[in-house]
Amino acid sequence: MSDDSKKIHGVIAEFANPGALLGAAEKVREAGYSKYDCHSPFPIHGMDAAMKLPRSPLALIIALVAFAALGAILFLQYWTNAVDYPFVISGKPLVSYQAYAPVGFAFTVLAAGIGTFVIMLILNGLPRLHNPLFFSEGISKATDDGFFISIEHKDGKFDKNKTRNFLESIGGNNIELLQG
Amino acid sequence: MEINEKTYRLTDSGRFGKVALIIGLAGLILTSIGFFGDEELRKQMYFSYLTSFFYWLTIVLGAMFFILLHHLTNATWSVVIRRLVECIMVTIPLMAVLFIPILFGMHDLYHWTHEDIVASDAILQGKSAYLNVTFFNIRAVFYFVIWGYIAGKLYKTSLNQDLGFQESQVVTMRRVSAPGMILFALTLSFASYDWLMSLNPHWFSTIFGVYIFAGSTLAILAFVTVLSMYLSDKGVFKNIVTIEHFHDLGRLKLTFTIFWAYIAFSQYFLIWYANIPEESIWFLDRWVGSWKIVSVFIAFAFTIPFLTMMFRASKRSHLVLVVTSVYLLIFHWVDMYWLVSPNLHESGVVLSWFDLTAFLGIGGLFFWFFWRKFSANAIVPVGEPRLQESINIVH
Repeated sequence: MSDDSKKIHGVIAEFANPGALLGAAEKVREAGYSKYDCHSPFPIHGMDAAMKLPRSPLALIIALVAFAALGAILFLQYWTNAVDYPFVISGKPLVSYQAYAPVGFAFTVLAAGIGTFVIMLILNGLPRLHNPLFFSEGISKATDDGFFISIEHKDGKFDKNKTRNFLESIGGNNIELLQG
Repeated sequence: MEINEKTYRLTDSGRFGKVALIIGLAGLILTSIGFFGDEELRKQMYFSYLTSFFYWLTIVLGAMFFILLHHLTNATWSVVIRRLVECIMVTIPLMAVLFIPILFGMHDLYHWTHEDIVASDAILQGKSAYLNVTFFNIRAVFYFVIWGYIAGKLYKTSLNQDLGFQESQVVTMRRVSAPGMILFALTLSFASYDWLMSLNPHWFSTIFGVYIFAGSTLAILAFVTVLSMYLSDKGVFKNIVTIEHFHDLGRLKLTFTIFWAYIAFSQYFLIWYANIPEESIWFLDRWVGSWKIVSVFIAFAFTIPFLTMMFRASKRSHLVLVVTSVYLLIFHWVDMYWLVSPNLHESGVVLSWFDLTAFLGIGGLFFWFFWRKFSANAIVPVGEPRLQESINIVH
């Protein structure tokens, strides 16, 4: 694996604790890197601000999904009850919009719920069976007691030696070059 | 208004209380003119009074719900506004006094109190075991005793905490809150059956109490938002109640807007589907003449807070929060008016100047009493260990 001709995926460094990771994330961002990520066993308060992550577009997409679902289900009820197979139920008018409300509400909630789950996975790039990060020796600690920052080679500023030195200078340990 | 930043006490409480007292007394005196008028004027006075009384009572009871929920969920974010809401809650004794005119007006308000009408009405005879003056009065006393006990006990323990924190105080507040929540749900429901639903004693809706509860919670959330912003503006709540807390209140407003709409629609939907005359008459009464306009407004009223409180950015905008909250407070009044007045003005909306004077009268006294409590002690629970955590909260 140490063959230099192989493609380099990025570089990963371990930090001592959540506070160090938070500070390091800020420095990485200030140094101008954009394709980097932090790995920790639990969410760290303030990390979004330190990485200056934009707000997720998920809510807006789900609003559109929900309104589309509402429109579709109202139309379905109208079309089946009043157009395709007109049927008078308990003397009510054919277009009894009141009766459409419970199904309209329930279906909108259902569509928004399933939509949130599926679109969240898509936005997160999941499901993904393999990630070059898994070649790292230490990364499994990120599910237990390790705090890591990885910088990808796709980043415009990436240079395998400079980036490595930079991570070292801001307090990173156990720095690894990842191939894949 | 000025505040001592170390003790969190008001050093100068301003003219707020005095102005409120003057407005309140003037409003009630003007309203009492109705006593000396003919039957029509007197009836109008009592109906206007009942509308306003219920408007302010639902805000006070909403405050009680907020405090009970605060203790039961062990909430941190709401510690900063706990004292403010407690002071709204402890106006219950004033509300009990302001309830007395309704006892005098029973004959004009509730036609099931007329013995000759009951004698010729089989349905009212069947209900007379519950709907009779003696039992009505006993229940009213019972409600106010329960509310007074819950409010008084929680408020006293809270003031005790200012002198020194003890874990036993937290235990006391939770011990009161758990059964208190159950009693609150029952008393609020039955009070709304007694005082609002029995205006039309033939009609019944089992969800009516929940409808009033949803409206009262929505009203207190809007009320606390507006009041806290006013106090922030005056420098009292500056750097204590922050946009993070308003954001939380906004989220709850969104939740209870949805809840209110859900309950209001459930009530309408079941009656619409079954289409039984004795039930649907109530909505038919509200579909006559200009009542139709009010009904349509009520039906679509929830869409505005639903949309304005949906987005994070708008929940963190002072302007949007104030406009939404004021809108909700006006909407709550229209809702109360829509519940009460069609029983008096059957052919359409007739606004009376009593509607305004009773509103200002009860509201003025409410604010005066509230301000007396609020300015007498620290404006936040200074003994609560999580106070600083609550002030610093960030989302």
